[in-house]
Amino acid sequence: MATHTPDQGKFVFVSHNLEQAEKIEKKSIGFWGEAWYRFRQNKLAIFGIVLLLIIIGFAIFAPMFSQYNYAKNDLMNTNQPPSSQHWFGTDDLGRDVFVRNWIGARISITIGVVAALIDIVIGVIWGGIAGLKGGKTDEILMRIADILYGIPNLLVVILLMVVFSSDKGSDLLTMIIAMSITGWINMARIVRGQVIQLKNQEFVLASRTLGAGFNRILFKHLIPNTMGPILVTLTLTIPTAIFTEAFLSFLGLGLTPPLASWGTMANEGLPAMEYYPWRLFPPAIFICITMFAFNVIGDGLRDALDPRTRK
Amino acid sequence: MEKILDVKNLEINFHTQSGTVHAVRGVDFYLNKGETLAIVGESGSGKSVTAQAIMKLLPTPPAEIVKGQIILDGEDIVPMTDKQMQNVRGNKVSMIFQDPMTSLNPTMKIGFQIAELIMKNQKVTKQEARVNTIKLLKMVGIPNPAERYGQYPHQFSGGMRQRVMIAIALAAKPKLLIADEPTTALDVTIQAQILELMKNLKQTLETSIIFITHDLGVVANMADRVAVMYAGQIIETGTVDEIFYDPRHPYTWGLLSSMPSLDYRGAELHAIPGSPPDLTMPPKGDGFAPRSSYAMQIDLEEEPPVFQVSETHFVKSWLLHPNAPKVDPPKAVLLRKRTLPGTFEKPVLVGGEI
Amino acid sequence: MGLAHIPPIHMEVLIMLRYFLRRIVFMIVTLFVIVSATFFLMRLAPGNPFTSEKQLPPEIQANLMAHYGLDQPWYVQYFDYLGKIVQWDFGPSFKYKGQTVNDLIASGFPISLQLGIEALIIAVFFGILLGVYAAMKQNKFGDYISVTIAVFGISVPSFIMAALLQYIFAIKLEWLPVATWESFKHTILPSVALAFMPLAYIARLTRSTMLEVFSNDYIKTAKSKGFSERIIVYRHALRNSLLPVVSYLGPLTANVITGSFVIEKIFGIPGLGAHFVQSITNRDYTVIMGVTAFYSIILLLSILIVDIIYGLIDPRIKVAVKKEG
Repeated sequence: MATHTPDQGKFVFVSHNLEQAEKIEKKSIGFWGEAWYRFRQNKLAIFGIVLLLIIIGFAIFAPMFSQYNYAKNDLMNTNQPPSSQHWFGTDDLGRDVFVRNWIGARISITIGVVAALIDIVIGVIWGGIAGLKGGKTDEILMRIADILYGIPNLLVVILLMVVFSSDKGSDLLTMIIAMSITGWINMARIVRGQVIQLKNQEFVLASRTLGAGFNRILFKHLIPNTMGPILVTLTLTIPTAIFTEAFLSFLGLGLTPPLASWGTMANEGLPAMEYYPWRLFPPAIFICITMFAFNVIGDGLRDALDPRTRK
Repeated sequence: MEKILDVKNLEINFHTQSGTVHAVRGVDFYLNKGETLAIVGESGSGKSVTAQAIMKLLPTPPAEIVKGQIILDGEDIVPMTDKQMQNVRGNKVSMIFQDPMTSLNPTMKIGFQIAELIMKNQKVTKQEARVNTIKLLKMVGIPNPAERYGQYPHQFSGGMRQRVMIAIALAAKPKLLIADEPTTALDVTIQAQILELMKNLKQTLETSIIFITHDLGVVANMADRVAVMYAGQIIETGTVDEIFYDPRHPYTWGLLSSMPSLDYRGAELHAIPGSPPDLTMPPKGDGFAPRSSYAMQIDLEEEPPVFQVSETHFVKSWLLHPNAPKVDPPKAVLLRKRTLPGTFEKPVLVGGEI
Repeated sequence: MGLAHIPPIHMEVLIMLRYFLRRIVFMIVTLFVIVSATFFLMRLAPGNPFTSEKQLPPEIQANLMAHYGLDQPWYVQYFDYLGKIVQWDFGPSFKYKGQTVNDLIASGFPISLQLGIEALIIAVFFGILLGVYAAMKQNKFGDYISVTIAVFGISVPSFIMAALLQYIFAIKLEWLPVATWESFKHTILPSVALAFMPLAYIARLTRSTMLEVFSNDYIKTAKSKGFSERIIVYRHALRNSLLPVVSYLGPLTANVITGSFVIEKIFGIPGLGAHFVQSITNRDYTVIMGVTAFYSIILLLSILIVDIIYGLIDPRIKVAVKKEG
């Protein structure tokens, strides 16, 4: 509050300073820029990325630099505990558990990512068409999805595996296909929801007036705008896929040896858990760490891309 | 007259991701017993924040009462703990919120939402509370109160829900009732009904009321005194007559000019150009200056002092300084202008000499 | 429809009945699809149930095939099978001579049911508790701990948790029994292992829903009435936060069912899951088909029950149903 008398000269009228009143102060970095900024702040998510990079690094390089081969038996040295020779010990055929662990990493992660990608592609196309076409097509497509959704996932996968695998195990392709069969439904629903929401917005109408065809609208406009939820779902589907693969291996439907995934290794290590725990724990722990990393990254993406989700 | 509420020098900040918002920047006002005070302003002026601060309903991670006093019924509530506040809320003070569609718990019976407050305050049984609740429902004009007691919010219309909110507020038997834009979300015809109800209740119950609104028509209808808020400060306050017939602040002039009136033809409607300032960087001088046709150089540099124009009329503007040029308010305001008894000859600087 | 003369209460009941009838029809269709799909899948598998046995002379094989009706054309077998299912006869087991699938279900299911219910109770009760606690302590230490535990929880598959628990508590510490299903103590480790992942998921779900509920206007109203935080959380916020958890109960049941397969194997529990796993290894096709059909029925029933619970909790659902019906 003024207790002095201001200059008489100050009491002159000043022209409207409206531009200042209406100036928008903040710089805008764009949607993805802002999302990345928010993501960076999430320490847990960054931790997840670091973990993932370390694991992938080992998966790629560790077997290359090791003297041991994942498939070579060494019957003189079975079930050895961890030592400087064998960092994770050996299994019942004398194979180096460390190398096998990282071969297993390659396979489990690959299966997880590929299966998730297939799910995403099917889901996006299915949901995209349903959402865009609407009407009868939409109803039929989603009814089918609803019925399929009512069938317990894992049962379907198990049944398929039973049919298509032999006594010894399954091959990589069979596993991936079986796992992709039911996971797409969730993605389809999400994409359909997004498409319906965006369908009636101005830029689509504008595009249509300019004569853009169905495919063009779908691929050039709607899908890029739904990238956010697609990315999040993809990241969160991968741990489910890794889990499913491990689960199947535990049921004896896993890959044919000597191919090893983390799941098959864990399955082999389980009966020997009491006496040779080093055969079970590395793959088991790494499954958890990898799933954790993907989950945390997925959470971080979701929080970063949806500005309304407060933690 | 006895003051039921006295707010002194209140400052409230909000800590957000994009910076600290100075939502309330030094606000003083009071409310006498039995009076109705209207706090008027546009969105973002800080009126809702002030209202919620009186009940300390602002979530204190983002919000912070930086300084000031809120003396309710003789006690300063600013330093009170949450536990102490639980005795104040729903007891000495109660509030009617803006959106009746979302302010009621959708999975709880209406009757219970009122009765639970009665049970808390008066420690009576559920049956007794139910009897009192039904009386309250009747009082606020809800037909078939006994049947309606067991129904859920989605079975009530917007106007009905707001009546229920009023019943809840009254169940507290408060000394002070705060109504935060209670009719903004309602149809115009329903608005009139709700205002009518509140006026009747005000007469029968003699509650002191703070009425937050942006609608000057409502102010004319309901208020005894008015406080006009802009950019986190109160820029003018006075009785209803003073504000409508002898306003002194350019912002108040702007508000009145943008109000359509059947009485005075020939005055153009003026919307106030521009928008309120960004309160993460609070303005140095008069917050309204950038949008005011009466802005002076000093308005951009120093915050205006408060001048007193009558016993009850205070204005925060450099225009009342003796060195300021004489100005006429816009035509629409001039047409209504009356000189009221009790007006000082010259505005007096509050707290100091000129 | 000229139903104007029916009094309102009866109208409401009629609408609800119609709703459930539609759901049941849907269930039966789904079940039909599952059973048929299973049947045809099993047909696709190479060989017949007897190929993996020691080489049987062709006449004996032919006899066995005729005995089990396997020499009939596939459509005959199909309708035969459907007919039997409707009469609750899932057929004989090919690996366990003299036992029918019904026998296996009867002996195994009660055990699996107990395991499943224990796991469900643990997951729901402690999951909600943890979620509410985290929401109340938002952004403080308690929240961070709970959230981190929850993320770990959903990252650890149940069978790995089972192996871990078994290793630590049974083998090393010897606090609890390692395997089998003889006493209540035997049920603890398996139920906890099975419950862990759902518990974490429910905790996350409860927490995020509750935080959303906290931001609602009616919570502000409750606060303005002067109630304590405890009352606001438990009387006002909780009921509105449970709906997504109830929705999750359906998938949760599926989760528990499939989880039980491996848990029972690891802990040597003679439940239906273990029989199922064994039948997979043995390629015992009727058992696989029968147990699949049985589990599907259980799952669809539980989804129906969840819908009923949902309708009971939220009074607005009845309105939505009325509008739809």
